[in-house]
Amino acid sequence: MTATAPTPEFAPRVRRGAIAQSVMDSLVVARRNLIRMIRIPEMVIFGLIQPIMFVVLFTYVFGGSIKVGATISPQAYREFLMAGIFAQTVTFATAGAGAGIADDMHKGLIDRFRSLPMARGAVLTGRTIADLVQTTLTLVVLAGVALIVGWRTHENIGKVLLGFLLLLLLGYAFSWIGALIGLIVRTPEAATSGGLIWLFPLTFISNAFVDANQMPTFLRHIAEWNPFSATVQACRELFGNLPPGFVTPEAWPMRHPILASVLWSVVILLVFRTLAVRKYRSATA
Amino acid sequence: MPGAIYAEGLVKTFGDVRALDGVDLDVPEGTVLGLLGPNGAGKTTAVRVLTTLLRPDSGQAVVAGIDVLKNPNEVRRSIGLSGQFAAVDEYLTGRENLRMVGQLYQMSARDAKKRAGQLLERFHLADAADRTAKTYSGGMRRRLDLAAALVVSPPVMFMDEPTTGLDPRNRQQLWEVIQDLVAGGTTLLLTTQYLEEADHLAHDICVIDHGKVIARGTSDQLKARTGGERVEVVVHRGHQIESARSVLAAYGTGEIAVTAHTRKLTVPVTGGARLLAEVIRDLDGRGVEIDDIGLRRPTLDDVFISLTGHAAEQAKNGEAGQTEAGPTEAGAAGADRDQKEGER
Ligand SMILES: Nc1ncnc2c1ncn2[C@@H]1O[C@H](COP(=O)(O)OP(=O)(O)O)[C@@H](O)[C@H]1O
Ligand SMILES: [Mg+2]
Repeated sequence: MTATAPTPEFAPRVRRGAIAQSVMDSLVVARRNLIRMIRIPEMVIFGLIQPIMFVVLFTYVFGGSIKVGATISPQAYREFLMAGIFAQTVTFATAGAGAGIADDMHKGLIDRFRSLPMARGAVLTGRTIADLVQTTLTLVVLAGVALIVGWRTHENIGKVLLGFLLLLLLGYAFSWIGALIGLIVRTPEAATSGGLIWLFPLTFISNAFVDANQMPTFLRHIAEWNPFSATVQACRELFGNLPPGFVTPEAWPMRHPILASVLWSVVILLVFRTLAVRKYRSATA
Repeated sequence: MPGAIYAEGLVKTFGDVRALDGVDLDVPEGTVLGLLGPNGAGKTTAVRVLTTLLRPDSGQAVVAGIDVLKNPNEVRRSIGLSGQFAAVDEYLTGRENLRMVGQLYQMSARDAKKRAGQLLERFHLADAADRTAKTYSGGMRRRLDLAAALVVSPPVMFMDEPTTGLDPRNRQQLWEVIQDLVAGGTTLLLTTQYLEEADHLAHDICVIDHGKVIARGTSDQLKARTGGERVEVVVHRGHQIESARSVLAAYGTGEIAVTAHTRKLTVPVTGGARLLAEVIRDLDGRGVEIDDIGLRRPTLDDVFISLTGHAAEQAKNGEAGQTEAGPTEAGAAGADRDQKEGER
């Protein structure tokens, strides 16, 4: 074909390598999503209210009556509880990612992105990176509130930070589940509830709020193998928040919670990233 | 040599619906093809296939010399798409929207910024450049969407119903932009429900209905197919329709069509202006007051009726009265999608 493009000055510039392009495109999309977060602060604020309520309610309402390890003590429960609430909070990134992607579908933005010569996974990666930033912010605020109500760590800063890294990795992996949900359901409202409803059983049939040792056998097994429990257990160890008299269960993930947490998160990430990117390629608004 | 946009035997089904039922297209470089059809004809599906968004069940397509099915990412470098609903991020400013698109076309950040500035000027959005697109009117969003499609000055452009829902002033403005673009050598495929628009902008027209191309040619060729001229009368009072009808019966060469609520009568004639003068005298003689009378050459509307058996107007019901307003437009878009979802 003879050249017809009027302004070569702005023709797409020399191609980058595939990985470099993928990173650049993801960052461009992440930036866009972060700008949106700043302009719609309600979303971030509502994302904070629920976990803060959980911290306060569980601490003061149930705190004195729940037996963890061998004790019933408000302080032991408070310290026990926080890892659970942190972990539950990071998984709520699922709803945010899902609603965001569904909204982009609905508004035709996904069509626009798909008609551009950009890296395949970048729209979703950009979204999940932005969610990771939001999750980090949420965790910082939440940890502050936890400190105010009396939560303390008893390990060195390196271990504590590793605990938070595991939480962020879990949240990041879960945001890919949300991305897939968003691509499938197509409306932001459906994505929000579709991203949340299964999280409640998942987070409650776990060691997040109670000591799984005290559950009926059947539920206890589920709780011990629940991907979510591994991260909670790992954080309790890393924060030094295991209650006095706590008996570590026999189940493998509870014996090796850090490794189990990383493995679970990586598997979830790989599986759902693959599914979501494949779905994205054929997405129809 | 195949044109800048070429398609052969495109078929796409959604369940029972054959959205595309063997569509062939050939758009020579530097020309405009108007893809004309009522709601649900398959226009958007055709655009989505040609812009790599949707894989057809069968058929092939070549855009800008590149095979769409084999090499979609290369095609994306050479096309611009302005979809049926303005696809702009409403929480980003106009400038941010364009910069983002530029960067995703793999421009450097600096070029993207510079280009955004140019386009905002050209599309009369400079004053609103740093406001979020949420605050834009429907017409402004449309212009921003079009600007986004033009970021790299692609050699081939696709516009899906670019003026649907715009008021006449904005439509006129957009037409001018499109004409400029084509004068610059861009090949354009434009879909529309407005016959007038295809007539005005397109070199060639493809009429599609139920996923099939039912006619193609220049607007003159299509009009010629429909044949003769007509006299159209609008009487002043409803009760005068009957007397007018008996007058026209004496002059017409075919059936008289009456639209009661607009008090309009239409009849095919031969004899041109002289005959028109006689009709006027005769009507006057019988005391029929006339609001409007004229000799009409066939329009694309007539072409449409003669081809499909129904007026295109029926199909665009509900959109005709719409003027520019962000929420209205968004609402209409939502409704259209919901309807599609129901059909799935
Ligand atoms: N994603 C989809 N799922 C199911 N049916 C669809 C889908 N997209 C389009 N259709 C159907 O295909 C037909 C053609 O639609 P479309 O190409 O949007 O028409 P137009 O753009 O001319 O109004 C319609 O009957 C429409 O309902
Ligand atoms: Mg359409």
